[in-house]
Amino acid sequence: MSEQPPPPPDDPAGASDPAVTDPAVTEPAGASDPAVTSDPAGPTRPELGQMLLQSIVEGNSVVVTTLAIATGIVIGGLLIAFTDPVVLHAWSTFFAAPGNAIAQAWDTASGAYAAMFDGSIFNPHAVAAAFHGGSVSAVFNPLSETAVNATPLILAGLSVAVAFRAGLFNIGGQSQIIGGLLVATWLGFGVSLPPVIHVVVCVIGAFAGGAALGWVAGVLKARTGAHEVIVTIMLNYVMQYFLAWILGTKAMQRPGRTDLISPVIAGDAHLPLIAGSQLRINASFLLALAAVAGVWWLLNRSTIGFEFRSVGANASAARSAGMSVPRTWILAMLIAGGLAGLAASAVVQGTDFTLTFQSYGTYGIDAITVALLGRARPLGVLLAALLFGALHAGGILMQASTSTPLTIVTVIQSVIVLFVAAPILIRAMFRLREVRGGGTGEALAKGWNG
Amino acid sequence: MRLELRGITKRYGALVANDHIDLTIAPGQIHGLLGENGAGKTTLMNVLYGLTQPDEGEILIDGRPTTLHSPKDAIKAGIGMVHQHFMLVPVFTVAENVTLGAERTRVLGLLDRRGMRREVRELSERYGLHINPDAYVEDLPVGVQQRVEIVKALVREASVLILDEPTSVLTPGETEELFTIMRQLREGGRSIVFISHKLKEVQAIADTITVIRRGQVVGERSPTATDAELAAAMVGRAVQLQVSKSPAEPGDVVLDVHDLKVVDEHGRAAVDGVTFQVRSGEILGIAGVQGNGQTELCEALMGLRPAAAGSVKLTGREITADSPRQRLRAGIGYIPEDRQEDGLVAEFSVADNLILDVFDRPPYARGVALNLDAIRETALRRVEQFDVRTTSTSTAVGTLSGGNQQKVILAREIGRDLRLLLASQPTRGLDVGSIEFVHRRIIEQRDEGVAVLIISAELDEIYALADRIAVMYEGRITGFRPPTVPVEELGLLMAGGAADGEPT
Repeated sequence: MSEQPPPPPDDPAGASDPAVTDPAVTEPAGASDPAVTSDPAGPTRPELGQMLLQSIVEGNSVVVTTLAIATGIVIGGLLIAFTDPVVLHAWSTFFAAPGNAIAQAWDTASGAYAAMFDGSIFNPHAVAAAFHGGSVSAVFNPLSETAVNATPLILAGLSVAVAFRAGLFNIGGQSQIIGGLLVATWLGFGVSLPPVIHVVVCVIGAFAGGAALGWVAGVLKARTGAHEVIVTIMLNYVMQYFLAWILGTKAMQRPGRTDLISPVIAGDAHLPLIAGSQLRINASFLLALAAVAGVWWLLNRSTIGFEFRSVGANASAARSAGMSVPRTWILAMLIAGGLAGLAASAVVQGTDFTLTFQSYGTYGIDAITVALLGRARPLGVLLAALLFGALHAGGILMQASTSTPLTIVTVIQSVIVLFVAAPILIRAMFRLREVRGGGTGEALAKGWNG
Repeated sequence: MRLELRGITKRYGALVANDHIDLTIAPGQIHGLLGENGAGKTTLMNVLYGLTQPDEGEILIDGRPTTLHSPKDAIKAGIGMVHQHFMLVPVFTVAENVTLGAERTRVLGLLDRRGMRREVRELSERYGLHINPDAYVEDLPVGVQQRVEIVKALVREASVLILDEPTSVLTPGETEELFTIMRQLREGGRSIVFISHKLKEVQAIADTITVIRRGQVVGERSPTATDAELAAAMVGRAVQLQVSKSPAEPGDVVLDVHDLKVVDEHGRAAVDGVTFQVRSGEILGIAGVQGNGQTELCEALMGLRPAAAGSVKLTGREITADSPRQRLRAGIGYIPEDRQEDGLVAEFSVADNLILDVFDRPPYARGVALNLDAIRETALRRVEQFDVRTTSTSTAVGTLSGGNQQKVILAREIGRDLRLLLASQPTRGLDVGSIEFVHRRIIEQRDEGVAVLIISAELDEIYALADRIAVMYEGRITGFRPPTVPVEELGLLMAGGAADGEPT
């Protein structure tokens, strides 16, 4: 079948012609047929700059993402420099010593980023020390911290990605993580089981706890049509207050304490460390990597994923093809919730070993940005989560060793996501037809219109 | 304004989309541009609208050579375009859409909203467009949205208006309205380029017809040319508008619909007590003006919409409450009315679309794992059998032409063992060649003993395919007729006259 009959003269030409740079302006020649869906219907924008922007957005998500990250880092650098009192002082005397002002700004920003690098990838001093009889594990500590910070983001990011591929916007990562935290922690301190079994039971419990909350949102959407965005946001509040309440009851509060903290989980329930006792990296990172592979297989190689993707891409075609859209929604939310629950397992069994009313952190919300940056693809999520994990791990060292606050990391993350998402959001706000077959991220923002 | 194209050539790599095309558009004329899908009509119009630059040739406006670098130049030169897919912002009002990009302002840069509205209203009255400037575009039916596009061009003082396949999205009634508007525009001295692949429409409205095939002008014809002559010019071979078929040999009753009632979104009875049967080896064609319950009937038969009352039986078994999946498994093949919305997942590959309703059955699935080899093999086979023109089976189906998309659906549905084939508007928007292909395949199914139910708004299609014709009007069947019935009589039934109620 490689010998295709020659296509009619101008049929595929428009789509493949390299000279056609702007899909929003140029109708593919084949579009003389009314049913061609690839037909771009964006508004006509003849300006070159916008044409370029558009083709980048629609043509190559790798380029956009890279540019967004670069922009985020540059803007972050400017903020670091111009919120620093020393730099500001130097600039107030700019006309007296312009060179000094610029040098100060550069030093501050590059110093902060250097510290961030030291904290997340490797620290040259630690390497040097290792050669002179220092600790080898200190060399790998930054990478270990990056992995530890990234792990919950990978799992929660996968949660958002799975739901999204089925056409659902899972904002409920937080509630699902809390569900996982509660079950895993309770099984961790409240039950005694043989060593290996205890870990496994707690991990499964975490999955189940998250899955239960995902299921609630899925069922409400499937049965009543309640929008999952609203439901999951509300569940976040419900679970947040439920957690605060139950930590103050006899069931969960650590005996002898008056603050909201649970007992420490049993040693048997800890996820084992995988790179020696000096480094925090533990089996949850392997679990996350396995989840990446598993989700990839589920989405791309299984009938379940085929159904998810069909429903997500075109629910009415899926319905006409005999798929049950409500059932798919429920199953997708169940799996998504379970993945978020695994993030809880990484937190409570991997690093914290106890539960406070803040243990859920901001993973649930960060997961959305991770999924967006990773274009809702498992490998993309992994890379995005590693980036955010590195930014966070590095940010902690940066805060400790320079005067730059950790919150700058949040700014950098936000700017990155803003630049990735902005064109999509604008399209969604005005409900312009998306170019079919375009990036998944495009439709990710479309999810808001539900 | 007199518009001339001389020797326009446009190449895309090895493909010559336009090959030395000469075309003259005289003032005050409706110029029909007729050609199959992919003949190069749209490319030519994109050249004329400044969307692409020709490799050779020139454009003359009133005898002066003009270069159009962008649509902006084209608009300035008095050329307006109504795209096949509208370029409207759904959440804006008509007036806002019309002025978008050509905003007029008052002092301090404030938008002159009143002026905008007045202008839309004036144009609407002058050409009988019936548009409310304050209506939101998303609330308007497709036909009215199209008129908004026309107003957009008029506001920009277009004296040549290009309409790219304007009727493909319209109902027959809306098409008539559009033609009236086009005639009025012509009276107003504007010229119109009417791009279409529908012979009848071009004949009905155009003053001159230029036929394009494989990127070349085949010739100019007058609207009095016969169907056969035009069709032959378009496809370069004689097309049988009537697909040859042997008389039906009806067997047992396959589909038995009794007193079926279906309620629409507004609680109205869209299908109001319909009773009919389809036997194996026969084609029942349901004719009728769109919007008389055909869509709802079809969806109810597929289980996509619940039946409010009545029963549906497939080979004697009650399936009224079955899910779509159960019905598909029971041997119903379904070609939905809106192929992009209901028939295909545009982002998915051709291969994935070919298994969309059998993906979880062997050999395509082993347990919950997809069997990619089987999927690929089937795709290659079907693409060949059904002559789907695609670069590969992993191409996104949304990038194919409409005819090829429909072939994918057809291949998927009749690739299974069917008892009943349910086809709604199976050839809407397709070119002559594809229509013939689809019709032939449907008749093949009939000859293999499948019961076929065709729902179509095109009477030609009903005549070409049906062994029996049922006419629907306001949710009821107003009569059954043999395919030898005169058009006038069908027309009467479609308008609700001479209802003879019960089936014969």
